Amino acid sequence: MLSFADTLVQGLLLGGLYALFALGQSLLFGVMRLTNTAHGDFIILAAFGAWSLSLLTGSPWLAMLLLLPLAFAGGYLLQRLVLNGTLGKDPMPSLVVTFGLAIIIQNLLQQIYTADPRSIDSGGLNTATFQIAEGLAVGALPLLIFGAAVALTAGLQLLFDRTDLGRAFRAVSDDREAAELMGLDHRHVYALATGIAFLLVAVAGTLQGMKTTVAPSDGPSLLLYAFEAVIIGGMGSFYGTLLGGMLLGVTQGIGFRIDPGWGIWSGHVVFLAALLLRPSGLFPRTR
Amino acid sequence: MTAPFTVSRATRASRIGGAAALVLILGLSTFPFWADAGWMREFDELSCYLIFALMWNLLAGYGGMVSIGQQAFVGVGGYSLLVLGNHLHVNPFLAVPLAVLVTLGAALPISFIAFRLQGGYFAIGTWVISEVLRISVANVSAVGGGSGTSLTALRGISRSTREAATFWLCLAGATMAITAVYGFLRSREGLALLALRDSETAAESQGVDVPRTKRAVYLIAAAGAGLAGALYFLGNLRISPDAAFTVNWSAFGIFIVVVGGVGTLEGTLVGVVLFYLLNKFFSDYGTWYLVGLGLLAVVVTLKRPAGLWGFVSQRFDLHFFPVHRRLIPRERERACAT
Repeated sequence: MLSFADTLVQGLLLGGLYALFALGQSLLFGVMRLTNTAHGDFIILAAFGAWSLSLLTGSPWLAMLLLLPLAFAGGYLLQRLVLNGTLGKDPMPSLVVTFGLAIIIQNLLQQIYTADPRSIDSGGLNTATFQIAEGLAVGALPLLIFGAAVALTAGLQLLFDRTDLGRAFRAVSDDREAAELMGLDHRHVYALATGIAFLLVAVAGTLQGMKTTVAPSDGPSLLLYAFEAVIIGGMGSFYGTLLGGMLLGVTQGIGFRIDPGWGIWSGHVVFLAALLLRPSGLFPRTR
Repeated sequence: MTAPFTVSRATRASRIGGAAALVLILGLSTFPFWADAGWMREFDELSCYLIFALMWNLLAGYGGMVSIGQQAFVGVGGYSLLVLGNHLHVNPFLAVPLAVLVTLGAALPISFIAFRLQGGYFAIGTWVISEVLRISVANVSAVGGGSGTSLTALRGISRSTREAATFWLCLAGATMAITAVYGFLRSREGLALLALRDSETAAESQGVDVPRTKRAVYLIAAAGAGLAGALYFLGNLRISPDAAFTVNWSAFGIFIVVVGGVGTLEGTLVGVVLFYLLNKFFSDYGTWYLVGLGLLAVVVTLKRPAGLWGFVSQRFDLHFFPVHRRLIPRERERACAT
């Protein structure tokens, strides 16, 4: 019984990490219907960036702090200079361009950092645990990641619902032409959204690098988890994305428990089942 | 009273090109009698990429369904070949068309899941489906599990027979794939598909059965990818889940189609030749070579969305595989006929 509770708790915590991967993608899809196939690779790029910065500064937290402005600027410029030109009714240009970026990032990382997996030194945080009950312990870092995921979900939802910037996001999402007539420059608004998405990517990448090891070829699987969390949760709802991530984490946890060879598989299959049973996701929002 | 124009589909280039292609195919078919085995092997591999890319182009460039998961069907085709040959003791060469049928059978239920998604999410959803198949196969020890296995069904067949038969199958497969896609595009369903690509709503209002047309395209593309997979692993003699279901298939397919010219058959042919040449001269650069391929795909999409062939065909009005219908005024008809 306790081992089941353990599986459930670890799965939920893992789901927090997946939600963190997914929030950026959820934001991009909500604002501009962009599917960024390089999303996972950007997370890995951020992880390697944080790894290098943490060697320079000696602290993973300082590294994350330094990475944030870089990520925002990178995201803003990427949208402004490249991705804005690919948006439209035809999904092909944005998919091909982001897929091309994914291949460029993977191979550049491999060229610079070699294929070896690396881990960011978290100063012992990744091995610290809290004993909750006999036989049930929770890692300090997973708990922190989970907390960050919940806080960022809430923050993002607040930003979307309550602020001027959030209103601008919703406006360009609903009707770009009308928003333009109201004086919004959609290219700028899109770029701000990508900048914010890249802040989330920077946080997710740093935490992923602290929790486990990262290798240049890890991006695609992170993309798939992020994407599954978004779809299971329902497009356009950040709380849905959080719950989607948790459902995915728990499913994988149970799968791994039954047989390590089928853990990832169970997550994928639950996603496909969810797609068949509830194609609009658990908590769809029409935006 | 007759209309003041006629409808023409052929162009001078298509007539000359058709004749040249026939000569080329006949010439190639004599390869096994005199050519080096290394050449044949390269041709085999190239034709697999060509078939895969043609099908990706049909699906994405004409059907508007951009998929990053077509490697699912490469894997199904390859593993069907393995099971038919190794376990059911079917002649491995005969197993190739049967593997295509198996892939077709697998694609039908899969299409119902994939079609729940649209646009960018279709692209990644199909990738998930391919991953599910990869992990499933990797967990089945009877087909070699994660490390894969050899095509032992080819034991007892002499090397020269095997090489010649594989080569002819690849040549036939590539020829069939080109003719099938070309034929489909020129047919009634093909016209419906072109209408659908331009506007689903308008096409539907003209009586096009949109879901049926899309599913037909998806099934043809899957069968073609299955053919590419069966042929590839017939030539490779060995199959593993990571090689069969690798996303590289889609990456190379996308590169070939996009750089060559999306939405044209000529573009895919140009793209495959370019891909072959780049691979031959630059693949030693490893990661930088792949960075270059990615960069080229990005730059072409942004700056020359019609691709290499699109640039040429717009410039010179050259069409070797005309799928359009052209109106020719009566007074020009005689001039065109000669």
